[in-house]
Amino acid sequence: MNLAIELPGLSLKNPIMPASGCFGFGREYGEFYNLSKLGAVIMKAATGSERFGNPTPRVAETASGMLNAIGLQNPGVHKIIETEVPFLSQFDTNIIANIAGSTLREYEEVAYAFNEADKVHALELNISCPNVKEGGIQFGTDPSMAARVTEAVKKVSHLPVYVKLSPNVTDIVSMAKAVESAGADGLSMINTITGMQIHVPSRKPLIANKTGGLSGPAIKPVAIRMIYEVSQQVNIPIIGMGGIQSAVDVLEFLLAGASAVAIGTANFQNPFICSDIIDELPSVIEKYGFHSVQEVIGKGIVS
Amino acid sequence: MMLKDKMKIVSTTYIAKDTIEMVLENSNITEFAVPGQFLHIHVGTHTLRRPISIADCNKQLNQIKILFKVNGEGTNKLASYQQGEYLDVIGPLGNGFTMDGETNSTVLLIGGGIGVPPLYYLGKTLKEKGINIVSVLGFQQKDHVFYEQQFQELGETLIVTDNGSYGYKGFVTDVLDQINEFDCYYSCGPIPMLKALTTKLKGKNGYISLEERMGCGVGACFACVLPTMDGTSYKKICKDGPVFQAEEVTL
Repeated sequence: MNLAIELPGLSLKNPIMPASGCFGFGREYGEFYNLSKLGAVIMKAATGSERFGNPTPRVAETASGMLNAIGLQNPGVHKIIETEVPFLSQFDTNIIANIAGSTLREYEEVAYAFNEADKVHALELNISCPNVKEGGIQFGTDPSMAARVTEAVKKVSHLPVYVKLSPNVTDIVSMAKAVESAGADGLSMINTITGMQIHVPSRKPLIANKTGGLSGPAIKPVAIRMIYEVSQQVNIPIIGMGGIQSAVDVLEFLLAGASAVAIGTANFQNPFICSDIIDELPSVIEKYGFHSVQEVIGKGIVS
Repeated sequence: MMLKDKMKIVSTTYIAKDTIEMVLENSNITEFAVPGQFLHIHVGTHTLRRPISIADCNKQLNQIKILFKVNGEGTNKLASYQQGEYLDVIGPLGNGFTMDGETNSTVLLIGGGIGVPPLYYLGKTLKEKGINIVSVLGFQQKDHVFYEQQFQELGETLIVTDNGSYGYKGFVTDVLDQINEFDCYYSCGPIPMLKALTTKLKGKNGYISLEERMGCGVGACFACVLPTMDGTSYKKICKDGPVFQAEEVTL
C-alpha cells in the first residue's frame, strides 16, 4: 500500500503528522515511539523572542473536545533552531516550522531565521492563533491582511509556505484564495474555533485568558466542511486537521480534499495515536476500495 | 520511564465522604513508581485524562493505590468503575519528592484534603529509611477525614478540620506552633494552603507538590506551567514537577 505523498517541499512517507502546539518539539512523544515513523512533525509555534504565554488555567475540557489558551509559549526562534531542530533532525521525517508574530516585521524575522536551519523543510504560517492579544488572528481574519503577511513571508523565506487558516471567519474560501494569490504553496486548516466556558461554582470564565480555542472531535465537521469548500476553489494542497482520532477520520479528510493530515488533541488522550493511525491506515484505505493515499484525495466531492 | 498500559482495578472503596480509594495492578507501571509521581488516567469518553497522584505502591504485589475525590464529571465517571475492570493509564509521570533526609532526622508532612494521598507513600518510604515522621493533615470536616490511622502508624499525627468537627479547628498553619523541630517539610494541598504554609515556613527546607488542569500530562502542551521565583522562566507542573522546592516557584 502506497501511503506516500509529495507536497511542495515535503516528501511524506505517509500523510500523518502531529499538529503544531500539541506535540511540543517531539521530545516527550519521542519517549513513546520512534518519530521516524511520522510523515512530518509540525513544531510548536516560534516567535521572534521567547514568550511565556498566558496565565493558568490554560485548558478546559468540553463535550468531545477541549479549549486551550496557551498563548504561544515558546523559547524563541533562535533557541528553537539551536536546540530543537537538531533534536528532530535525528529522525527520518520532515520538519515543518510553525511561525507566529505580533507584527509583520516579526513574521518576516522568524521566517528569515529558518532559512539558516537547513533541516527544516517547510513553514506553516500561523495567522490564526486566537489566544494572543496582538497579531495572530488579526492577520487571519482579514483577507487583505492575510495576503500581505503571506507575501512578506514568501519574499524573505526560501521554504515552501503553508498558511494555517482560521475557521473564525464568515467566508473561508475568500481567505484561502487571498493567500493563494499571495503565493502560498499550501494551506493548513483548520486552527481552533474561539470558544469559552464559564465555571459555574465560581461564576467566572474557567480559562484565565477568558476565551480559548476549541479543538478535538467537536470541531471535525467544521473542518471537513471548510476543507470540502476550499479544496474545490484553490489549486494548492491542503494539510487537513481538526478532531482527527482514527484512520477512518483521516480517510474522511482525504475524501474532503486534504492531501495530508495533522493530529492534535488526540495525542493527549493517546500518546501513540499518530503511530497507531499510520499502522491502521493501509487496511482502512483498502477496506474502502482504494489503493493509495493519493487516490483518495478529493474523492468525496460530489459535483 | 513513562508507560501507557492497562491497570486492573483490584478494589474500589469509599473511605470518606466523596473520597474513593482504588487499588490498581500492573507490574510495569508499579516497577518505576516513586513517591510524588502521578498517573494520567483515561476516563470514559472524556477528551482529557485525569491526573491522580500515587498514594501508595506495593512493588511485591504490583499494586498502586490512588485516592480521589468525586468532584466533577471525570471523577464521577472514574468512581463508577468496578473491581475487575481495567483503566487505561499513562504513568508513572512527573518527578517525585526529593528524599535527601538523613537517618534519625525529622520530616514534617503537611497535607490538605485530597493533597494528603501522595504524602502517605512518601511518609512510608521515608520511615523505612529510618526518618522520623510528623504529620499535619487538614480536612474540611469530620466526614472528609481519611488515613488518620495510616499516618499515625508513621508517627505523630495532628488532624485539623476547618470547622473543628474533628481534631483541631482551623487550618494546618494554625497548629504548626505545636510541632517541635523538624529538618525538612513536604506538603501537598490547595494553593491557598500552600501559599500560607510556604510564607509561614519561609527559610525552612521544604518541598511542595502542585496540581493544575493538565493537557497532555507529559510536558508537550504547556498547559500546566507556573513562573519560577525569579520570574525569568517557567516550570511545567506535569514534567518538571509536580514536586518543587518550596522557594523555586511562585504560587
